[in-house]
Amino acid sequence: MFDSISFIIGTTLMYSTPLMFTALGGTLSENAGVINLGLEGMMTMGAFMGAAIGYLAGNAWIGFLAAGMAGVALSLLHGVACITFKADQTVAGIAMNFIGPGLALFLSRMMFKGTTETPPLSLDHKIPRPLNGVFPQNSFMDNAFNQYWTVFIAFGLVFVIWFVLYRTQLGLRIRACGEHPRAADTLGINVALVQYTAVAMSGLMAGFGGAAMSVAVVANFRPTLISGQGFIALAAMIFGKWRPQGAMWACLLFGAAQGLVIFLGRSDIQAVMPIPSEILSMIPFILTLIILVTFVGKAVAPTADGIPYDKEAE
Amino acid sequence: MSNATQNPVDIQDVGVSRRAINPLALTLLSILFGLVIGAIVLALAGYDPFAAYWVILQGTFSRPKYIAYTIVYATPLILTALSVSFAFKTGLFNIGAEGQFMIGTVAAAVLGYYVDLPPVLHVLLCLLAGMIAAAAWGGLAGYLKARFGVHEVISTIMLNWIALYLNNYVVHVIKDALHLTNPTTPVIRSSARIEFFAIWKDSAAGQAWRAVHPFWDDVLRTPLNLGIVLALLAAVVVWYILKRTTLGYQLRAVGYNRFAAEYGGINVKRGMFISMAIGGALAGMAGVCHVLGWTRYIADLAASEGWGFNGLAVALIGSSNPFGCILAGLLFGMLSYGGSKIQSSLGAPTEIINIVIGAIVFFVAMPKVIRLLITRLRREDRHVR
Repeated sequence: MFDSISFIIGTTLMYSTPLMFTALGGTLSENAGVINLGLEGMMTMGAFMGAAIGYLAGNAWIGFLAAGMAGVALSLLHGVACITFKADQTVAGIAMNFIGPGLALFLSRMMFKGTTETPPLSLDHKIPRPLNGVFPQNSFMDNAFNQYWTVFIAFGLVFVIWFVLYRTQLGLRIRACGEHPRAADTLGINVALVQYTAVAMSGLMAGFGGAAMSVAVVANFRPTLISGQGFIALAAMIFGKWRPQGAMWACLLFGAAQGLVIFLGRSDIQAVMPIPSEILSMIPFILTLIILVTFVGKAVAPTADGIPYDKEAE
Repeated sequence: MSNATQNPVDIQDVGVSRRAINPLALTLLSILFGLVIGAIVLALAGYDPFAAYWVILQGTFSRPKYIAYTIVYATPLILTALSVSFAFKTGLFNIGAEGQFMIGTVAAAVLGYYVDLPPVLHVLLCLLAGMIAAAAWGGLAGYLKARFGVHEVISTIMLNWIALYLNNYVVHVIKDALHLTNPTTPVIRSSARIEFFAIWKDSAAGQAWRAVHPFWDDVLRTPLNLGIVLALLAAVVVWYILKRTTLGYQLRAVGYNRFAAEYGGINVKRGMFISMAIGGALAGMAGVCHVLGWTRYIADLAASEGWGFNGLAVALIGSSNPFGCILAGLLFGMLSYGGSKIQSSLGAPTEIINIVIGAIVFFVAMPKVIRLLITRLRREDRHVR
């Protein structure tokens, strides 16, 4: 019994982490008034860069940082379109979702002899686990909390981003740009600069999110690694009502459903309770829909979310 | 350019003139810029961009077979793009075309194999069932939005995943029931096939005819099918509904200004449901045609195949206009079919196509940049004179 619970906690933490990074990124960008539908593309780019650079450098941390930088690069492209050129943000985001994965696979073929999979990192080159060896092996605590550094960083960032958004001047400025950019502008805030900062941070987070998948949960990049997780993170952000803590709970819920699926899919459980794996896999998604319908109610985005701010407009 | 000189107001305009530039020109320039970006990426990577685009052109137009294949590739894209465009007009963002497409493929593969009907009826049944099922799938997202205020982007993302696993579940059940070795459904009955001359072209008479008609022989090597005809018809129907019917007027009014529409007595909630349901039916039709006309079975999938997501890009490039969707669909079909050949002939990664498509959509997103460029050009033009 305890074994099962610790197993579910462990998988929950592991699977919610990549989503959490990415959803936090979305939260930052949208609170500044820029819709980032390109999270999926940035996450894929991050996953590739993390695995590729991590492999070449022989150090997962360098890969992790490179992944963040790749996310930033792509997000700046998004920023140029959305902030400087007042693009349709949804459309620009869709463009990112073609460019990101396209570029990731293109570079992969260039760097790794025509393959779309990066060579696997050896176990000791993955992101380390800070609590490894602290608890007795296979104890409850060990199974549940002996996680990769990325898991702890993600939770730390939830707090950091909450603090930044609601307790600092920068956060106030970010939110002002998302709610009423004209008022912010009148008060002397450089709206474009604040929005660029927020969008770049969202790219950083999405890049980290991708790397949290490719250098921690698994040990390499492959084309189907991300396939849709950026969109799930986007959903988690909306589900969490555009707040970091909300996004965290949404990602945890999603991770828990995923953990349950993996638990119910284990051969010892399948022997007692045979449920087809495909039906199990639907659970997180059906659950999300049910929760959205029954508990959450209408979500309200930041007022100026998605509306390009044009200084010269009347 | 002469146009600009006759109209000095356009040039002296402080901002960027809106009416001076035709939307079609904007799209064409976006495509051009997208191709240029692709060329730059190829050149940076050490490939000859001209050779690459030449391969794509040759790979699309140099044989009747290639042209036919391009059309086969374009067919589902045109339909999913129509699906996205339709919902767009009502102000809804149908990311769910992907899932609705899969619901169509599942219906077609199951009914195409299990039901025994005469040829035309069989096809009609598959089409009808696939479209109704996908309409329900899309309509569900519309209903959740209208009734519970659930953001259609979230609900359609969830429904896409559910559709993916439903696809895998159906494949799994059928595979077990029929004791098949591969994780696919069996090939549909020939009565459900919509490939042109599907049976005849492999018969003795067909072979004999093809031997003396090399052009058509080449075309018939491909699974060119009725789908493209249906897609063209669907584009006309979508255009007609949106532009010539009360329903279309109401749906567009909802997309234009939801509150004004409501004030004007339009049932906004009903509009959301109908719009998503029709969008679903169109994506479902894409799925049915894809299976009946090309693949003839469905397989276990690790991730969705992207027909719906690509349709999103097609709709954007086609400015959500039904006829724009056809042209953009053909362009996408050409890039993805022709583009698949640069790997073998030049060793250049085919993913360059995704970068090109992304770049095109990127420029489509910011018409302001292109307007700015054109106005600059015109201004310089005037200075020269």
